[in-house]
Amino acid sequence: MKRTLSVGLAGAGLIALTLTGCVPNNAGGSAVAVAITDDACDVATDTTASGAVTFELSNTGTDVNEFEILAEDKLRIVGEKENVTPGQTVSYVAQLEPGTYYTACKFQLIGSPIGLAEFTVTGDATAVDADAAELNDAAVTNYIAYIRSQVGELIPAVAAFTTAYASGDDETARGLFAQTRAFYERIEPTAEAFGDLDPKIDYREVDAVAEGLDWTGFHRIEKDLWPPAQGDLNSDGTSAFLDWAPSTTAERTAFAAGLVTDTQQLHDLVNADDFTVSVADISNGSIGLLDEVASGKISGEEDWWSGTDLTDFQANVQGAEVAFGNVEAIARSKGDDGEKLVDDIQSEFDALDALLAQYGSIDDGFVDYTTVTDAQRKELSDQVNALSEPLSQLTALVLGA
Amino acid sequence: MSGMNPDAGPDSAPENTSAAEPAESAADATGGRPSGLSRRGLFGLVGAGAAGLVVGGAAGAAAGTAAASASSQRNAIYPFYGTRQAGITTPAQDRLHFASYDMAAGAGRDDLIELLQDWTYAAARMTQGLEVTDGGAVGGSPLAPPADTGEALGLPAAGLTITFGFGPTLFSTEDGEDRFGIAAQRPELLTRLPRFSGDSLRPELGGGDLCIQACADDPQVAVHAIRNLSRIAFGRASIRWSQLGFGRTSSTSTSQLTPRNLFGFKDGTANVKSEDTKLVDDQVFVGSTDSPAWLAGGSYLVTRKIRMIIETWDRTRLEEQERVIGRDKGEGAPLSGGTEFTEPDFEAETGAGTPAIDTDAHVRLAHPTVNKGASLLRRGYNFVDGNDELGRLDAGLFFMSYQRSPEQFIGIQRSLAADALNEYIKHVGSAIFAIPPGAREGSYVGAPLFA
Repeated sequence: MKRTLSVGLAGAGLIALTLTGCVPNNAGGSAVAVAITDDACDVATDTTASGAVTFELSNTGTDVNEFEILAEDKLRIVGEKENVTPGQTVSYVAQLEPGTYYTACKFQLIGSPIGLAEFTVTGDATAVDADAAELNDAAVTNYIAYIRSQVGELIPAVAAFTTAYASGDDETARGLFAQTRAFYERIEPTAEAFGDLDPKIDYREVDAVAEGLDWTGFHRIEKDLWPPAQGDLNSDGTSAFLDWAPSTTAERTAFAAGLVTDTQQLHDLVNADDFTVSVADISNGSIGLLDEVASGKISGEEDWWSGTDLTDFQANVQGAEVAFGNVEAIARSKGDDGEKLVDDIQSEFDALDALLAQYGSIDDGFVDYTTVTDAQRKELSDQVNALSEPLSQLTALVLGA
Repeated sequence: MSGMNPDAGPDSAPENTSAAEPAESAADATGGRPSGLSRRGLFGLVGAGAAGLVVGGAAGAAAGTAAASASSQRNAIYPFYGTRQAGITTPAQDRLHFASYDMAAGAGRDDLIELLQDWTYAAARMTQGLEVTDGGAVGGSPLAPPADTGEALGLPAAGLTITFGFGPTLFSTEDGEDRFGIAAQRPELLTRLPRFSGDSLRPELGGGDLCIQACADDPQVAVHAIRNLSRIAFGRASIRWSQLGFGRTSSTSTSQLTPRNLFGFKDGTANVKSEDTKLVDDQVFVGSTDSPAWLAGGSYLVTRKIRMIIETWDRTRLEEQERVIGRDKGEGAPLSGGTEFTEPDFEAETGAGTPAIDTDAHVRLAHPTVNKGASLLRRGYNFVDGNDELGRLDAGLFFMSYQRSPEQFIGIQRSLAADALNEYIKHVGSAIFAIPPGAREGSYVGAPLFA
């Protein structure tokens, strides 16, 4: 007696639905209560039945908050309710298929997820008779939410990183460098779409010099934190000291402030009312992130001084996987070809993730890329190729008739 | 046509089932491939469908006319299907792109079969001057990357042949692992070559699970073939090493002039020629009574990347160069007298009572008479891979020989331990492959191995 629900997938906003048939195991199908405070996000149950799930959100904190439901990767957003104001209680309905999710809140809509908790949805997949436009809308809505959440985490991370760098606490700054970049690397194609921002934030020295730009951003700071020795070469074979000297305290302050300003501008741009992406942007963004890996990370040219390329590598792959996850439902709606392509892509993502896990993780750190042998790099490259070939067919599939 | 097309003459037409073609085997069991690329070969999104069998008629007719002129092979089209693979006795084309592949970690028997089916499909088309798939270069979705990379659009087949081989490690890894359930089928003689005196082998320039030899009279056509076949393999196999060659260094047909290698000498004068069918059958191809049965109609390929110490050779006096080779540099005649095709007389002496052909001359030590009658079908190419760190040309001979048994090569190479030429050469790469028989149309290269 499953009822066909004609809604977009998750995150389509507030949709009044009556639950029938799918009886969630919270008694009588009543809403799942979520108690939100500034530093907690307590969901009354950690499991429910699949279908349209109503969350009753109550914010008893001091400022605006946000409730989000994340996929098993803890990155991709499958539904969110923003702007829950202090004292407000509001219902939010998410269409959830069986699987493992994570719930979390985001105080002041920025920074790390608070109260991240596993949330299991059981039962059968519901037959969602969503039309193409609804699938596309859901993909776009959730991807924009993901972009905003990553930039939202980037801001405080950059603040901590640049504060340590500007104050000369190089050890702390070195420890924060790779993880801070991960938030950026996961959404790099979006940032690159804003013309002059990516060059300011993420250009390597050789690119900035070649284009006659002032060299700023992460990699400028990186070279101060992992300073070259006499005789070291830049990635283009020039002397590491050609037109370069360690930054003075005043210069450090300026580079730190610049990175804060530029990432804040990125935050403002992706949070603007008119910011949007297309389904093609999402799909091509997934492919683009893998191309970033294939061209810059495999060769070790990205993080030339720090050797933290594998963190960027993993973050690019995660970003690609999230983007893929956002259009997966569209791809699956294209019949057998779509189902098969999605399965191929997923199994290659799994293989690549397993391979990368041999070298570490973003949370615990990866081995220095200079210690990865040529044979190991080839193995990584082979798997990137194995994934990229099917992934390169994704856009044609999701936009095809 | 038969004169120019020894691999697919009347004796070896696809209908002829002398080789170990399996009855309806894996090709049919997996849905009638190779009538199209597999999903993984193409990801199911391009209309490859019925295009697979178009390669027969028109192309075959073109081959007949194009191949009629020995001097103009540029437009030659050689049949892909047949009892023996093309590219062995086919008149040696001017250009080579050779690639050795390793199977991906975790790939299994089905992956290997599917890869061979996909390769067969694409190779059968490209050798006929067609795109990898029908309309593959620019006829597909503008939103998807083209199925064919496109650099051969508008170019003729240029005599392209694509020849596939299986290395020892395909059957079982160095650790003895039987990844594809074919360890028991490994030809007993297919093992890593023994160590030879003077070897300077670099592991990254040799070995491999699989190989593809693409030969054509247009380098762009040969490169297009390897590039697209490598792309089709992503996720299943990747290139271990590869070699571009220019300038064939052997003739494999009496209709061809003998070319010169980078030492400036004619090379391959005494090569096995396709017209000598008895010698070809006796020395080049695995016979139906040989073991294993699946290899009947196939061969063994040895590749050796031989670096020439060009600069030293070039300042060697002509007399010494000719003594080392045992032939005169201008005509290629043996130093015992006569013309290029005169058999060398190893008993002949100069007036001073010394051998006309020195005891350590290359031509003597490589000759069948000192090697128990063994000869090789050589198919090598010159190469120049830029320069080394000392500013010397990184140049030499990419030696390839086809033989009925690896013992033929091993014997000759051992005999060459005393070769005066060794002072000027260095073997830096080595590989051996079993070359399966040709595929019957509708089947795929290597099918007998999985029957």
